[in-house]
This record gives sequence, C-alpha cells and structure tokens, in this order.
Amino acid sequence: MNIKKLVLEPIISDNPIALQILGICSALAVTVQLKNVFVMCAAVTLVVAFANMGVSLIRNHVPSSIRIIVQMTIIASLVIVAEQFLKAYLYDQWKTMAVYVGLIITNCIVMGRTEAFGMKNGPIESFFDGIGNGLGYSFILIIVGFFRELFGSGKLMGHTIFELTKDGGWYQPNGLMLLPPSAFFLIGIVIWLIRTKDPSQVEG
Amino acid sequence: MSKKNETLKTVMVAGLLCFVCSIIVSVIVVTLRPQQAINADLDMKKNILMSAGLLNAGDDVNTVFNTLDTVIFDIETGSVVSDIDAKTYDQIAAVKSSEYVVEIPADKDIAALGLRSKYAKAFVKKDEAGTYETVILSHWGKGLWSTMYGFIALGPDFNTIKGFGYYSQGETPGLGGEVDNPNWKAQWVGKKLFDAEGNIAFKVAKGVGKGESQVDGLSGATITANGVTSSIKYWFGEHGYAKLIQNLKMGAN
Repeated sequence: MNIKKLVLEPIISDNPIALQILGICSALAVTVQLKNVFVMCAAVTLVVAFANMGVSLIRNHVPSSIRIIVQMTIIASLVIVAEQFLKAYLYDQWKTMAVYVGLIITNCIVMGRTEAFGMKNGPIESFFDGIGNGLGYSFILIIVGFFRELFGSGKLMGHTIFELTKDGGWYQPNGLMLLPPSAFFLIGIVIWLIRTKDPSQVEG
Repeated sequence: MSKKNETLKTVMVAGLLCFVCSIIVSVIVVTLRPQQAINADLDMKKNILMSAGLLNAGDDVNTVFNTLDTVIFDIETGSVVSDIDAKTYDQIAAVKSSEYVVEIPADKDIAALGLRSKYAKAFVKKDEAGTYETVILSHWGKGLWSTMYGFIALGPDFNTIKGFGYYSQGETPGLGGEVDNPNWKAQWVGKKLFDAEGNIAFKVAKGVGKGESQVDGLSGATITANGVTSSIKYWFGEHGYAKLIQNLKMGAN
C-alpha cells in the first residue's frame, strides 16, 4: 500500500473525527488553548502510530479471544509512557491537561485503528496509518483550538491578538468559546464544510 | 491445534505481553523520575511565590525563591525549631509520620482535619535590615469534594493578607473551582485576619463581603466557601498558628 496515501487520506477524505466521528470527547476537552492542542495532538499521533505498529507486529500470534485486551495493554502502556514524558518535559501542560492525557487510552481513534488496521496489515503500513489518523485528528483539533482560543480569550498560543475589554482593549470575549460545547459547533461547521466539498461523505 | 494447546498459547501470549509492557513502562518511569521531581519542586516554589504575589512575569522561579528563608516553627509553642532540615521537611506529608503528627481535639477541630503536623514550614522574606516583609504559611481544609491545599501570605503586621491561593483542589469547575479565580483571590489582598481584640475575624461572606475582614462569597459554592472560612479559622486559631503569629509580632516589635 502507498504510504503517502496512508498518511494523507485520513486528513480530509477519511478524517477520523469528521467522517468516522471518533475521538470527539478529547476534541471538546483540550481545545481551549492552542498550546494544549499541540501537545495533545503530538501525544495522540505518537500513541496511535506506535500502538498500531505494536499490534501489527504481534498480530499473527494473538489468539482472537484475547485480541482486544492485548491491544488495550499495548495502548495503555504507550499512554503511560507518553504521560511520563509530558510530566518530565512539559510539566505545565501536563498539569492543565491532567486527566485527559490518561484518557487517550479510551480515545476511540486509537483502538479503532489497531482493531481495523493494525490487526490486518504489516507494521510499516500500520505505523503510517497511525501517523495519518493522528494528523487527521490534529487537523480538526487545531482548527477548533484556533477559534476557541482566539474568540474565547483573544489570544493565540498565549499571545494576545485581540486586546480584551477588561484589559482596556476593545474585544469582549465570547464566553461560550471557553466551554466545551462550543467545540461541537465548530466541529459541526468543519464537517459541514468538508461534506459540502465532498458530497460522497454524506451519510444515508 | 488441540483445545488445551490453544488455552496454553493464550495464557503464554498474555503473560509475555504483560511482561514486556511492564518492563518498558518501568524503565521509562524510573529514568524520568529525577526530571519529574525537579519539575514538581519548581512547581511548588512557583505556587508559593505566586500566592504571595512575589513572582512577576519573566522572573526566574529559583532566583526569586532564593530570596526567601525557610523556617520551621513548632505550632504549639510558636518557637523556631532548628534541628529539622527545613529543605526536606514537608508539612503535609508530616501528618503521615508518627513522629510529627498531632491529633486535633474534636472541640477545636473547626475544619474537620482530624490531624495536623507538629511543625509548620514558613517561608519568610526579610528586608536588608532583617525586618519581616512577608510570611507565607500553609493551610488546608475540606471543600465540597476535595481537600484544598494552599498558601497564604501575610504582611509585616502579621495580620494583613498579602496574597492567597490554592495549589491543589478538586472542587466543581465554575462553582467551587472559582477559588482559583484571580479576581476573587485579588480580593483577599489587604484584608485583615484578626479584629482589634486579636480574634480571628476573617471569613468568606455570603454574598458581598463587608468590612476589612471579609471577601465576597462564591455563588453556588456555599460548602466550598464555608470550607475556606473554617480552614482559615482553624489554621489561624488557637490550635493553629496563633502562638506563632504572637511570637512573630513580639519579635518584630
């Protein structure tokens, strides 16, 4: 299989969030600040890629009766490793994201890819499939995070873009953007745009 | 393959996988631990400085922290204890050690803590002449869901609050979690802990705080707010830091 296709396809045409509607939970939770979004995206992308590869490496030896728990074990180990690295090198981000890092374990994208792709394909393809899906996830999260931070707190990556009224500027922040449900609206708009451009993604 | 063999293989695969995964996880955890400890330490220093309003944007945490002295006080007598290593003593962890724990009598246990440590760890800032500028003390107490841990900074009269903040709490975001709201914490600055008779007067009001010893209540978070009030009342009451404050005042005069 073509690696370029594996990496690029999940970004727009087979996006895990927009088409498969997976991984919504963390898309709501960590998108208030763009900085956290990037950390989360990097963590998820690496976890999906290595989990997919790990599962693929042992796929021929795993009895089907315990395959789900085997995948879970690999994913959980990788998430712990990712969390430990964050704690050691990005402590402040780790503190604000706290429980959501651990919750990557339950991110449907990870398990969805290992079960649907890793169990059936070779390790190299699986690795790149993981990267692709991680990037697809990141693509949506970055869009959502961008708008939420910009309109919710007038900043991008912590730098002030719109001067807030409370600091003597002109911008009255949109409080909804600070709350998780606003991500629903943004994801909805993104899905709508993608499906307008590519009607084949419309269901039913 | 026979059924028995299949079961054996399943158990072997599961066992082997768990073994490999646990090795990987353990190695990573052990190798990264020193770096994480440095981070946790730095974070605590940052919390201490921020609660006293001593940290400005761009300051190096360690440099600013080194301007503070760490002093251990015996809470009961209020005197300085010198035979304990101030760097390693942890006032919260001390509650778990039989050597440093003190049981709080039920009639004095306003904040329902049950136990407190024998010694207090205070961070003090003195000016060049040796007079106190700031004293930072620990306090903790129960909110609605969680135990809230924080610091409070007092000015040179040991009565006026210079800053307040929690560094760990698990209250409801948006309600009790508003104890972390910078606007609310800013109200604490300049408030007095004690009234003219020296009794503890500070409280989180219901609604708008009146007078020089009250801050506004937190709407929708009565239990958290009461928890804050009672923990401050306990920690600065007679079973808490009262003696210590008294001694500091005498020393300062």
